[in-house]
Amino acid sequence: MAELDTSGGGKHKGGKVRTKKKATRVDLTAMVDLAFLLITFFILTTTLNKPKAMELIMPDKDDQNKQQMPVPESRTMTLLLGDNNKLEWFVGIPGKTQPAVIGYGKDELRKVLVDQNNLIKQSHGANQPMIVVVKPSAQSTYKNVVTVMDELNITGIEQRAIVDITPVELGLLKRDGLYK
Amino acid sequence: MPRVKVARKSTAIDMTAMCDVAFLLLTFFILSAKPKTQDPAQIQIPAATVIGPIPEVDFSTISIGQGKVFFNVEGDDVRKKTLEIMGDKYKITFTPDEKNTFAGVESFGVPISQLKTFLALDPKQRGTITQPGIPVDTTNTNELYDWVHSARLADKYLHDKDLKIGIKGNSQEEYPTVAKVISTLQKQKVDRFNLITALKSK
Repeated sequence: MAELDTSGGGKHKGGKVRTKKKATRVDLTAMVDLAFLLITFFILTTTLNKPKAMELIMPDKDDQNKQQMPVPESRTMTLLLGDNNKLEWFVGIPGKTQPAVIGYGKDELRKVLVDQNNLIKQSHGANQPMIVVVKPSAQSTYKNVVTVMDELNITGIEQRAIVDITPVELGLLKRDGLYK
Repeated sequence: MPRVKVARKSTAIDMTAMCDVAFLLLTFFILSAKPKTQDPAQIQIPAATVIGPIPEVDFSTISIGQGKVFFNVEGDDVRKKTLEIMGDKYKITFTPDEKNTFAGVESFGVPISQLKTFLALDPKQRGTITQPGIPVDTTNTNELYDWVHSARLADKYLHDKDLKIGIKGNSQEEYPTVAKVISTLQKQKVDRFNLITALKSK
């Protein structure tokens, strides 16, 4: 196939008729093709399928150690995760400030986080960043929590915590129809 | 005048070396590839943008799917030692055969009381039966707590490393199951863990 016949003609002028010597070479082109095809296949399937991990650090939950740092409410933002991929957010104490319902999209949650972070930095100074408290309700999904943590990573908000939801906040979610 | 004839050269290239290299690479990739671990439950992992690689050794995975919890720790030797420590805790003696079988089982989700019957099944059946999941609750003495604790002890004993723990949760899993697992881990002062995610663009 890949070899051209370069022996000129093959006219034997008289004399003995010799048996033609056959080449011992095997054409490897097809084999090489196949091998490289398989290599490509293996490379693509192994590296593209590797799952990765996001690191999550929870605050130390020591039952003996009751002392907790007081957190200024004016720079605390609370995210309440409800059902149907919706969440509520407010800054300060629940009940005092009215929560707003948003989705997890790029131009909803991320925008709110960036805006509030800038506002709080303006009023408190750059070395007093916003603190975000994430409170997943029983009807939010694991994906919601991962999305929120990811958005916090993207927006570079270092001070955050996942905390259990309180009955007052659950009431807010119920009122707004995000919890049945 | 006779024309000068250019000698026709053979166009064949020697493919032997190329073929050797290709197959060498192929062998390398096949051998280095890790077979995908089969999860007992359907798990669709969520996606995130800021992520790092997962360690391949000294790593334990807790899978959460359909409200059930499954446990796996990397390495046959660690798995075997984990079972021994668990056996001591729950006063169950496992035969060497059962230990060897357990060393080959990747992810499992049966209460320890049913583990013996689970290990007695042949590998095909083990893949098809629905596993009830490892019992988890909010108390200090649930089975997952002991499994994680034993695996950490085993890894420390065998490799002198701290076991890293990953949580592989189904996207649509409701949060309480995940919360139970996280609080179980926090009870033994494991505050750092990895959430296994897929890659997503910003």
